[in-house]
Amino acid sequence: MTLAPAIVDLEQLKEHPAIVRLRGWNPNAVEGAKFDRDEMSIYIERSAIREACALLRDDPGCPFNYLSDVTCVDWYPSEPRFEVIYHLLSIPKKERVRLKVRLDNDSPALESVTSVWPSANYFEREVFDLFGIRFSGHPYLRRIQMPENWEGHPLRKDYPVEGYR
Amino acid sequence: MILNMGPQHPSTHGVLRVLLEIDGETVVRIMPDIGYLHTGIEKICEAKFYQQVVPLTDRIDYLCPMTNNLCYALAVEKLLGLEIPPKAQWLRVLMNELTRINSHLVWLGTHAMDIGALTVFLYCFREREDILRLFEAVSGQRMMTSYFRIGGVALEPPLGFFDRVREFANRFPSKVDEYENLLTGNPIWTMRTKGVARITAEDAIALGASGPTLRGSGVDFDLRRDMPYSGYENFKFKVPVAQEGDVFARYVCRVQELRESIAMVQQALDGMPEGAIKADAPKVVLPDREKMKTQMEALIYHFKIITEGFAVPAGEVYQAVESPRGEMGYYVVSDGTAKPYRVHMRAACLANLQLLPKMCEGRLIADVVAAIGSIDIVLGEIDR
Repeated sequence: MTLAPAIVDLEQLKEHPAIVRLRGWNPNAVEGAKFDRDEMSIYIERSAIREACALLRDDPGCPFNYLSDVTCVDWYPSEPRFEVIYHLLSIPKKERVRLKVRLDNDSPALESVTSVWPSANYFEREVFDLFGIRFSGHPYLRRIQMPENWEGHPLRKDYPVEGYR
Repeated sequence: MILNMGPQHPSTHGVLRVLLEIDGETVVRIMPDIGYLHTGIEKICEAKFYQQVVPLTDRIDYLCPMTNNLCYALAVEKLLGLEIPPKAQWLRVLMNELTRINSHLVWLGTHAMDIGALTVFLYCFREREDILRLFEAVSGQRMMTSYFRIGGVALEPPLGFFDRVREFANRFPSKVDEYENLLTGNPIWTMRTKGVARITAEDAIALGASGPTLRGSGVDFDLRRDMPYSGYENFKFKVPVAQEGDVFARYVCRVQELRESIAMVQQALDGMPEGAIKADAPKVVLPDREKMKTQMEALIYHFKIITEGFAVPAGEVYQAVESPRGEMGYYVVSDGTAKPYRVHMRAACLANLQLLPKMCEGRLIADVVAAIGSIDIVLGEIDR
């Protein structure tokens, strides 16, 4: 089993076109980057996410015009607790990139990217439903999988697998 | 008037609830309501070992169970850095394409039945019966086979299996001709499907469509050809693309895919290599039963894998495959232990379902049924 070691140093990865573009727009937007198992992950600063997505979607060199997925990982009890993850795909260039935003437990809220890709609608509703992260600017932020009157966010790590009922 | 196309409905292909606001026969607003099949599979995966998650993956998109297996197995193998032997890869492609034919047969049968062509349903299920018998021969199970495991496939195919697949593959193209005879030139079919539920390429990409739903609108993108995995780079196949973006275009794409898939099955049979069906990784892959009964090390490995699982190095992987419905992806996060920290399934149909308002608003109620059928939804995938 041979795995190349992951590259986590932003300095070594700063030549990647997406990082170059993001840093060219706003150097503080990129908090870090990781290249592991042939996949590029970029840590984006929380307030910059919607603009960063719009920038990557409209990039003439490698337009990430397709949003594959929006999901979340709960790292309870470490802080920052939540990590919202965006998987982008460029259909013309056949490239993938992963954007990650770290959020604290106190007020896990983020700007919605439905204005950039309308497909984020159901994905963000699911993240809200199962993790409790609020997306500002979402056209219809309601529970999607769980019943409307459900209390609690089931996929959080402090919610038991058996549930409460 | 607000009409509830309730979760129990013969034409919604599962427990999908659609709220229709209609004015006469015209749909003013349409809103899908999902969650009736939500079983918390993603949460359950966090409490199981990596190999115990494999049977759960079968049941997510229950019409193409082996494709789910494949996606999860590829993701975990990427995390582990495992090399899969060529015979296992070709077997995986063979079974995956048979699964694609299986899924498209269900789609064709139920879609035609919703629109009114009841004969096609029984014809499709007659072919499906043959494929299910093949699956039963190779794994013991008709549908939820769990045949692909982490490190390869579960069992060697039985003697005579490839001859049976060859016999089916020789017979099948004439059956596809039968279905096309019934539908493609049929004026009732064309009147109900041409120009109905049209969607442009820009809207389809922006709303996250993938698979035949996207290719029916003219976007030439197929993960098997453009970002190949599991040996697909060795196969020659055409990717059918249609331009109009209506129900008929998606129908044409999928029927063409039936033909391409059976050609790929023939290619897989012709080129099947010899060799092992599991990777050489004793800590991850269960040993042969005979070895387990005679050798001490094999017995110990077997015991350790079953009771303690195998630790996967920390990291995360997003692996996407081309399922019959579109881009199915598995995002697996590992924290270094034997249980996955997070498994997320990217359901192709969840994104495809978002096309429904764009397709149906302003059209007649009867077209809603055609549109839902043409997107080919499976609620198991949407709700998990």
